[in-house]
Amino acid sequence: MLAATVGNRRLVTAADAAAQAMGIAPGLALTDARALHPALAVAPADPVGDAAALVRLAAACGRYSPWTAPHGADGVWLDITGCAHLRGGEESLAAELVERLAGQGIAGRAAIADAPGAAWAVARCGNAQIAVVPPGGARAALAALPVMALRLDPVVAMELERLGLRRIGDLYDLPRSALAPRVGTVAMQRLDQALGAAPEPLSPLPPQPPRWVRRRFAEPIATPEALAAAMGGLLEPLCRRLAGERLGARRLVLRLYRVDGTSAAAAIGTARPSRDRRHLLRLLAERLVEIDPGLGIEDMVLAATAVEDLAAAQVKLPLSPRRERVIPEARGNVLPFLESQKTARQVARGMLAAEGRERDGTDPAELAALIDRLANRLGSAALCRLMPQESHLPERAARPAPALAPMARAGWDPERLRPVRLLPRPEPIEAVAPVPDDPPLFFRWRRRQHRVRRADGPERICGEWWRSAQAAAELRDYYHVEDEAGRRFWLFRAGLYRPYAPPRWFLHGLFA
Amino acid sequence: MAGNGGSEGLAALRRQLEALERAGRLASAVLPFGLAAIDTALPQGGLALGALHELAGAGPDAEDGAIAAAFLAGILARLAPPRPVLWCLAAGDLYGPGLAACGLAPERLILARAQSERGVLWAMEEGLRSAALGAVIGEVEALPSAASRRLQLAAEASGGTAFALRRWRNGERAARQRAAPNAAVTRWRVAALPGALIGGAPGIGRPRWHIELWRCRGGVPASWMVEACDATGHVTLAAELADRPEAPAFRPAFAG
Repeated sequence: MLAATVGNRRLVTAADAAAQAMGIAPGLALTDARALHPALAVAPADPVGDAAALVRLAAACGRYSPWTAPHGADGVWLDITGCAHLRGGEESLAAELVERLAGQGIAGRAAIADAPGAAWAVARCGNAQIAVVPPGGARAALAALPVMALRLDPVVAMELERLGLRRIGDLYDLPRSALAPRVGTVAMQRLDQALGAAPEPLSPLPPQPPRWVRRRFAEPIATPEALAAAMGGLLEPLCRRLAGERLGARRLVLRLYRVDGTSAAAAIGTARPSRDRRHLLRLLAERLVEIDPGLGIEDMVLAATAVEDLAAAQVKLPLSPRRERVIPEARGNVLPFLESQKTARQVARGMLAAEGRERDGTDPAELAALIDRLANRLGSAALCRLMPQESHLPERAARPAPALAPMARAGWDPERLRPVRLLPRPEPIEAVAPVPDDPPLFFRWRRRQHRVRRADGPERICGEWWRSAQAAAELRDYYHVEDEAGRRFWLFRAGLYRPYAPPRWFLHGLFA
Repeated sequence: MAGNGGSEGLAALRRQLEALERAGRLASAVLPFGLAAIDTALPQGGLALGALHELAGAGPDAEDGAIAAAFLAGILARLAPPRPVLWCLAAGDLYGPGLAACGLAPERLILARAQSERGVLWAMEEGLRSAALGAVIGEVEALPSAASRRLQLAAEASGGTAFALRRWRNGERAARQRAAPNAAVTRWRVAALPGALIGGAPGIGRPRWHIELWRCRGGVPASWMVEACDATGHVTLAAELADRPEAPAFRPAFAG
């Protein structure tokens, strides 16, 4: 239930079905409503938020029609001329729309008619939740509806009622000249609009500016240099558009249409939103070499499918002379063509560059660009950092995290000695240990015998009982052993020593 | 006087030779080890930055790669401290806490898992070209001399340091491939040594390594026995083992 302050009274502005069943309707004073039912959940009304939500709903209805507009406090108009066949007809379009709204928890009614006024009337005051008025049947459909369905002023509606005109059908045959001075021209205009005699244009929501660029070629192109140049030419206006809207692209899709009617697509993604032309060009060039141009490409579309806010960055003056990139021998011959469009300067500045690296800190944009290049080639799961995680189990103490994720605050305990290499799975070994809790004397791993000279331990690590009962039963006694050659291993015995069962030993890691 | 003139002439000759060997390239910055014994063996008194270095384990460590990784972590801990390092590998078994114990903080390490060695070499080159990293490490089995030349050129041009950590799947492959020539500026071999006892107490003492610099451009090959790097990444020279008897940690109650 929503309540708002009108004048100096608090009125109920909206009530749900349960409240309405008890007799609480919008317009009732809040105190009266509370008297009817003391325990009411009342929330303050938020008309501004509601209006914004309605605009979003109208924008979401853009999947059905490009011409949508919010109306009033709780209505959306859609002009579905020419769109109905895409959804299998008008009836199924309306049914799908209502179902989708119901899925989001919004109770809705839909009506389709020739004119907006008729649709409004049938939706609000009609009987069915979904109604389709056949073309030309507006007159018949509206005849039985009350006069309020014509979106009239309450004063005018009351006047009409006083005159005994309760249904819209009553108005059809009355002479205009007699009615107009009584009820005003607006009512007549509304009637004409509902019947379709007068125009009522809808002003739709402003459409999203398209973030794609298209280029057609007079002659189909197939050489890598031409493709690369065309792609560079597409990226320029797109980056400028993104800069104008203060956005950065997270995902770019390049679609190439061949002369024989087929098409190929290449997509790149970035870890941080970017509109740096060089960086995006480099990422796209790698994908471009994998596409087969076939008989020739005649159409190219570059679209930014995912964008995020990106404020303009301050240009930094470099402290040390910038080192120049070495042009590699490229796969295909795409890259040299792109890089040689600028004047190629190759100067070896090893010492100055190394000194510059010592002095300056890391540029986060450069690091993000490197991560993008590596991730686009190796896969985004291939780049990670080892993040400390609070866990006793060694295999869970370091978990892979995305490369640019912020570091956890707590690090690893420096007192506990841990190996440099941890085997992905502990490997079973054969070990001989003299007494229950002493380290093994010798063990056999990967068909090689090791005699233990020195050992440290045991370090008991129990399973994490809060995760599962099976984990709680796990118990490991870890030993840090050194063999005769000086190699150091991390072994553990699984479980306590039992006199009737042979103990199971495993090798988990290798120390330095 | 003749001696003075002789030593000056010798110094001038030495400088000329260095310039010739470098073939006109500028002298690069160095990372000293902090140990006079090692630094004097290296040209310019430390590990050359802006170059490619090769590191491998000797003996059983050729397959494990544990000591080589720890030695490298110690070097990286001291190389341009706040800058991140990229570690490219094909098999993922690096353990963060172990590296952190050698001084390499977890926020500096970025791991890149490639499907093949070609991917590892490609990632190393990309990392060298970027100005954002302090060093690039790649775990490869074979380092062909053409690839090593490309890495060396990329490192020189951009000023980043590259380390090739070589690990083989078995000893036979190691024996075949380890001595192949390549363009690395220094080539190291590390092996495990029995640890030092602390006051005669049982248990594992401070680990020890045998480090061998067996190929060095402009320097003399040498080897040292050092104690493993501490939490700051520094290694220290070990005392001689000759006069210290081997002591077992415990005596079993029964023979055998």
